[in-house]
Order: sequence, then structure tokens, then C-alpha cells
Amino acid sequence: MAEHTVKAFDEDITRLRGLIAEMGGLAEVALQDALEAMARGDETLADKVVAGDKKIDALESEVDKLAVRIIALRAPMADDLREVIAALKIAGVVERIGDYSKNIARRIGQIEDRKRFEPLTLLPAMGELAGEMVHDVLTAYAARDPDLALEVIEADNKVDAFYDSIFRNLVSHMVENPATISSAAQLLFVARNIERIGDHATNVAEMVHFAATGVYPPDDDD
Amino acid sequence: MGEVMDSGSEQPIGPILIAAIACIALALFGVGLATVAGVFIVWVGSIFLANARPPQIESQPDTDIISSKSMGKLIKHSAAPLLVIEGGKVTLASRSAQRLLGKHIIGQDVRMAFRQPQAIKLLNKQKSGLAIIKGLARRRDIWRMKLQKIDTSMSVIELTSLTAEADISRAHTDFVANASHELRTPLASIIGYVETLREDGTGLDSNTSKKFLETIHREAQRLEALVSDLMSLSRIEAEKHDEPSDIIEFGKLIEQSARDAAGADRLDRVKFEIDDTLQIKGDAQQIEQLVRNLTDNALKYGDPEKPVSLQLAEGKEGQARFTVTDRGAGIDPQHLPHLTRRFYRTDPGRSRAAGGTGLGLAIVKHIVERHRGRLDIESQLGEGTSVIVRIPAVAGEVDQVS
Repeated sequence: MAEHTVKAFDEDITRLRGLIAEMGGLAEVALQDALEAMARGDETLADKVVAGDKKIDALESEVDKLAVRIIALRAPMADDLREVIAALKIAGVVERIGDYSKNIARRIGQIEDRKRFEPLTLLPAMGELAGEMVHDVLTAYAARDPDLALEVIEADNKVDAFYDSIFRNLVSHMVENPATISSAAQLLFVARNIERIGDHATNVAEMVHFAATGVYPPDDDD
Repeated sequence: MGEVMDSGSEQPIGPILIAAIACIALALFGVGLATVAGVFIVWVGSIFLANARPPQIESQPDTDIISSKSMGKLIKHSAAPLLVIEGGKVTLASRSAQRLLGKHIIGQDVRMAFRQPQAIKLLNKQKSGLAIIKGLARRRDIWRMKLQKIDTSMSVIELTSLTAEADISRAHTDFVANASHELRTPLASIIGYVETLREDGTGLDSNTSKKFLETIHREAQRLEALVSDLMSLSRIEAEKHDEPSDIIEFGKLIEQSARDAAGADRLDRVKFEIDDTLQIKGDAQQIEQLVRNLTDNALKYGDPEKPVSLQLAEGKEGQARFTVTDRGAGIDPQHLPHLTRRFYRTDPGRSRAAGGTGLGLAIVKHIVERHRGRLDIESQLGEGTSVIVRIPAVAGEVDQVS
């Protein structure tokens, strides 16, 4: 991006982007820790994830304040405005990703008899994919790379396919072992949360694409 | 000062002449002689001073050039990823750091390069220290980040990869768990048949014992294939973190390896559409294995009457895009996410009957990862399957071949 005559504007934008990167880093770790806690049944790690979400929320309000200040003081136009608006929206979505990770962490204590759950082996693989999407989309944001953003959007299909597969798997598991229904239902929610994280990563990818090129990526399905 | 004068080149005759002419002109215009003489002396004196200065002026910025420009160069070519941070922004990054974190980081907020919480904690501390950060450039990598403060606003960051060490232990446990099961199955049938043959070797008719021996032979071959696949998998994993550096002709290698994989009796089913100008940085042996595995899969699981097409073209942003397409039953979408897992089979019976080890695609995936590429599988039930491998192509310019 070309430099502005008002240096302070560049400083503000850089700081705004830095804050979002920091938020993203926290959300990424929250997701990873939540998944690890789930795989190991580690409730202390899960509690850490729940507690860590406050930091993400605090950063989001910092982004909000800064973005509003930039708009009020500098009245940015064209791609500058796009940048600020995108930052504002991305911060909201990243915060949601943090929330979903928190939700996953919260459910860990409620899954009983984890050893016997076959679907538990599929969830980490799905989480891995979603985590990769979050990682890639944050890198795409940092690099203003619309192509990487498109790749993230494409990757969402894989997460959706995983979700369908896990859903079927869990439903048949419930039919066969009615005693485990409540735990299986929890896992269903976990899978759902991961799927939503994938969708949110896709949203961010669309905004990154928009901020970089000014057009929303084409919808290839439906 | 005298020394500097000596080292100064010739006497400045030209300027002195100009001064003399100007003073004579002044005198002619009627300016007082004393004033003219004063002006002349000051003028000539200043010429000598100016003449004396150049070497000094040159040497002054010379030290500056050494400190800033060559520091940049020094850092740029350092093999370890190095970054210089000034006032919360990345001002310099070594080429290796740019390759790791992206070229965009220069001039950006340092958090764009290091968004990991541990890294930010270290950066916020405002003093030298160490941090272990996970998922820096790729999701599973681990780096040691060393921050050295130079002055109040400037600091240097050095990165060291710890990924390889952390991987070894994890890969080890995975390997033992999966492999022992797969190895035991063929062994069990070999042992079973051998025991039967040994106990009533004389009682069996020759047809049955021949059938038993064939089974033993087939299972032993399977074991052999499995062991060799496992070995290449662990070799590829061990090398996963060193990026290959040889430049190879991708197209030529594809044709050659696909011919080998197909063999004389299946060669007529393979159709090539190869752009043979594309080059990639790669390990020829591994790329050959990748092509062989994919071609063999397509020939094995595609409709035996239909052709298999191998395509190599230039993809987006300078990538080489290699596609293997078969026409056949296709793969149920619910299996797609799992295909590259070790020993995952959509139909265990069919795969084993065809002599598959369950490792082919896992090997392909690891090879692609080592080459910093991407692997995608698309399939339509009843239509067929496409496997797409994208690997960064070597650009026309000879950038860093050395």
C-alpha cells in the first residue's frame, strides 16, 4: 500500500493490523489448545482456554476503539476505508472463533467414557483442518494475499465433508449405544463448533479478498 | 591536518586562478587594494580548506555506510532467520526470514510477523529473552525465538527451528501403533498356512498345497511391499524439513516414471498432456515415487477400459500443477478427508486384493509437503477421481540456485 502524506495514518493502520494479528494468534492457540484438551481429556488446559478468551475480547474492543477513532479523525476513503472496515469486521469474526474454541473447551468435562469413542479419533483431524484454515487466513490477512484467501475458502469444503462424515458416524454410534447419547451429543456440538470455525475462517478470507482487491470472491457452489 | 593535505591530490590551481582573475577584476572596478588582497587571501584560504576536506567528508559517511548498509546486507544473507525490529516495526529481515514469514513483513507491525501469544509476550517485555513459539509459518512447527535488545527502540530477533526434534518422538509412537497391526495380518496368515503344511504336508493333495504356497507367497510379497513403503515413508518424514534444492525437469520425470509404473501392458491406457518446460526444486527420487504411486492408483482403481490422463500445466502464481485423472467408480465424498491417512482404506478387501499397502497416498502427501506443495483430491461418484499436486515451480530467473 502506498504511503500517506499523513504519517500518523499509516501508523494507525499498522497498529490496527498488528492488533488483529495478535487477536488471531490468540484465537489460533485457543483452538489448538481446546482440541488438544479434548483429545487428552485435559480439563486444566480446557479451563485455560476458557479463561484466555477474555484477552481476545479485550483486544476486540481495543480494535473497535481504534477503528472508530481512525474513521472519526482521519475520514479515510477508498481502499483505506475498506481496510478499516475489514479490520473491524475481521476482529468480530476472530472473536467468534475464540468463542467457539471456548465452547469446545467447556464441553470437555461432560464427555464420559472417552476411551471408547471412535468418533473422537476423527474430531482432531477435522480440528486440524479448521486450525489450518484459521492459520492460513491470518497469514493471508498479514500478507494481503487474495490467492491464499481463495485457498482457505476452498478448504472449507473439506471441513464440511468431515462434518458430514462425523455426523453420520456419531448418529450411528448413538443408535448402537444409547447409553452414550449424552456424551455423543456433546461431541456433535464440538464438531458443529469446529465446522462453524471453518465457516468463520471463510468469512475472514472473503473480507481479506475484498480488502485486497475490492471485489468479493466468486461463489463457486450453489 | 597536514597529513590530510598531503593525501589531497594536486594543488587546486584552477580555483586559485579564478580567484586571482576575480580579484583583478575587483581591483579594476576600483575596489580598494587592501580589500581586494583580503578577499583574495580569504578566498584562496577557503579553497585550500575545501580541497583538504574531501577525504575527510568521504571517510565520515564511509563509517555510516558500513554500519547501516552493510548491516542490512549482513542480515539479508544470514542463513538463520534474522529480523531487526525498530519501534515495533520490522525494518530488516534476512532472506531466510522472508522466505519463512513472507516478504510482506518488512515495514509492518512486528505482530504481523509474530502473532503467537508467546512471541507477543516476549516482544512486550521490552528486554532481551527467549520464547518458544508454535505454529509460526506452518501449523505444526516449533521455533525458538531469541530477542536481543540493541537500544531502547531497536532489537534483533533470531529464530531457530525446533520442529524436527519435536516431530521425531511423535512420529515414532504413531508408527509403532499403526504398523504393528498391518504387519501382523499377513504374518498371521503366513504362519497359519505354514503350520498347516508342516503338520499334514503329506496328507494334502498337491493342488491344495500349491494353493497354500501361493497364498504364502502373496502374503510375503505384501509384507515386503509394506516394509518398503514404511521405510520410504519414514525416510521422507525424516527429511521433511530440509527443502529439496535440486532443480528437476518435472515433465520429463513424470513421463518416465509413469511409464515405469504402468509397465508394458498398461502403458496404452496412460495419456500424457505435459508442459515439459516446467522445472521444480525437488528430490528426483521422491517425485518419481509420487508419480508412480498416483499413476498406479489411477490405473488400479480406475475403470480398466478407460484411459488415465496425466496432465502437467502451469497453475496459479507460478505453480506447477500436476493432475492425474481416472475414469471409474470414484470415491464417496465421506472418504475424501481421510484418504491420506496411513492405512486408511475405503474398501479394505478391494485394496488388499489389488496389492495396496494403504500407504501410497500417505507417502504422496508427505512428499508434497516436503516440496512445500499442496495435494487435493476431487472425486465424483461414478465419474472418476482427480488427484491434483501443486508444487512451486522454479521461475525463469536464476535467483538462488547456488
